[in-house]
Amino acid sequence: MTNPYLLDVRGLHKSFGHTEVLAGIDFQVAERELVFVIGPSGSGKSTLLRCCNLLEEPTSGTVTVDGVDLTAPGVDINKMRQRIGMVFQSFNLYPHMTASGNVTLALRKVLKQGRAEAAETALAALERVGMADKAEAFPNELSGGQQQRVAIARALALEPKIMLFDEPTSALDPELVGSVLKVMQDMRESGMTMVVVSHEMQFARAAADRVTFIDGGLIVEEGPPEQMFSNPTFPRTREFLARVAHA
Amino acid sequence: MDILVENFFNLAIMQSALPTVLTGFGMTLLLVAVVVPVGFAGGLLVALVSGARSRLLRWPMIAYVDFFRAFPPLVLLIFIHAGLPFAGIDLPAFAAVTLAFFLNTSCYYGEILRAGIESIGKGQMEAARSTGLTKLLAMTNVILPQAVRNVLPDLISNTLEVVKLTSIASVVALPELLYSAEMARSISYNASPIILAAGLYLLLLWPVVRLLSRLEHRLAA
Repeated sequence: MTNPYLLDVRGLHKSFGHTEVLAGIDFQVAERELVFVIGPSGSGKSTLLRCCNLLEEPTSGTVTVDGVDLTAPGVDINKMRQRIGMVFQSFNLYPHMTASGNVTLALRKVLKQGRAEAAETALAALERVGMADKAEAFPNELSGGQQQRVAIARALALEPKIMLFDEPTSALDPELVGSVLKVMQDMRESGMTMVVVSHEMQFARAAADRVTFIDGGLIVEEGPPEQMFSNPTFPRTREFLARVAHA
Repeated sequence: MDILVENFFNLAIMQSALPTVLTGFGMTLLLVAVVVPVGFAGGLLVALVSGARSRLLRWPMIAYVDFFRAFPPLVLLIFIHAGLPFAGIDLPAFAAVTLAFFLNTSCYYGEILRAGIESIGKGQMEAARSTGLTKLLAMTNVILPQAVRNVLPDLISNTLEVVKLTSIASVVALPELLYSAEMARSISYNASPIILAAGLYLLLLWPVVRLLSRLEHRLAA
């Protein structure tokens, strides 16, 4: 039996010490879907995302990506992570490497591509995010928006099946946000499956297939953006959206 | 004044001692070429294991580092060279020195490297792991290059100390620079060979001291 979902999270619990951050999450994402995860800070949305590539080890529950249960014993997590791209709030580019070097590292060390081949793949990935002309620049020579686009290229170059975005624009100056969202919009149009934790509600409204609201480690409700933003079922969702709208 | 020159800066004596002292200098260089990389490699191992998640690995490493940092290197060397034979372990002088330096300097290099690794934000490791790199690959390609750069002055400063410390090899009759100069002094009954040796140490280390000072200035700026 094949799993109809590219990402299938079942009964996910995660505790840090005695604090339960995720209290039983069931969360599915189909191929080519863009799902927005929203919620107040501390609600567990980032932890959920980080459990999807096992940067955080779930306390219990399963995380199935592309038909493989990541929590099963004997799973080659490094191999699976090639299929799961991740973009971080603080970019996390390697400061001692050029943009191209950032992208080629995994191509060479993980995919075992030769130097020339990796450079070519990297350039193509940087091209997709509009950063090909900065391939030889170091991260500290780039703006935040440019750094984040290089970070996206670094994940894209491995041709992942799904991309996870952990507040990709939260660390950016407002005028730089657009360039990153534009890249994400392009990715969506090319059919990439994406899970986005973010407060960019306008972008959610325009691009998301589904919005998932998390609070207190549980999914409160989810639905298409029109419904979630104009007519949420639960008062908690309404309160949160009102607060974000006025922020 | 004449007595001073006669006893300390006697060119004739320096000249006759020069071959012996230079041979000793060669041995010192060889010693440095062995104990510095060996100590650094040991330090790398110490740093990596100290950062391990398993207590079973971490705790013995903490004990090891504590023990050998508190153990005077000269006592350690004499114990290895003159004490261990009582247990049937009789190491040649060079091996004894190498072992003593490995035990001592790997702790210091290890502590410096550990501080360097800890200075790198955990986002770097996460980014690398998220692209499928193993922990080891992420360490060697992403974390260590940045860590070493961050603690470079401390690493060089420690290396300086290690080079100077090689003179303790003289107590186990390894004919390095100090030992050779001391031989020449006792034969000539004149302090000039010691001055000659000091000059050679200075020649070797002064450029390193300069480099270190410039690095520290650049990092402070």
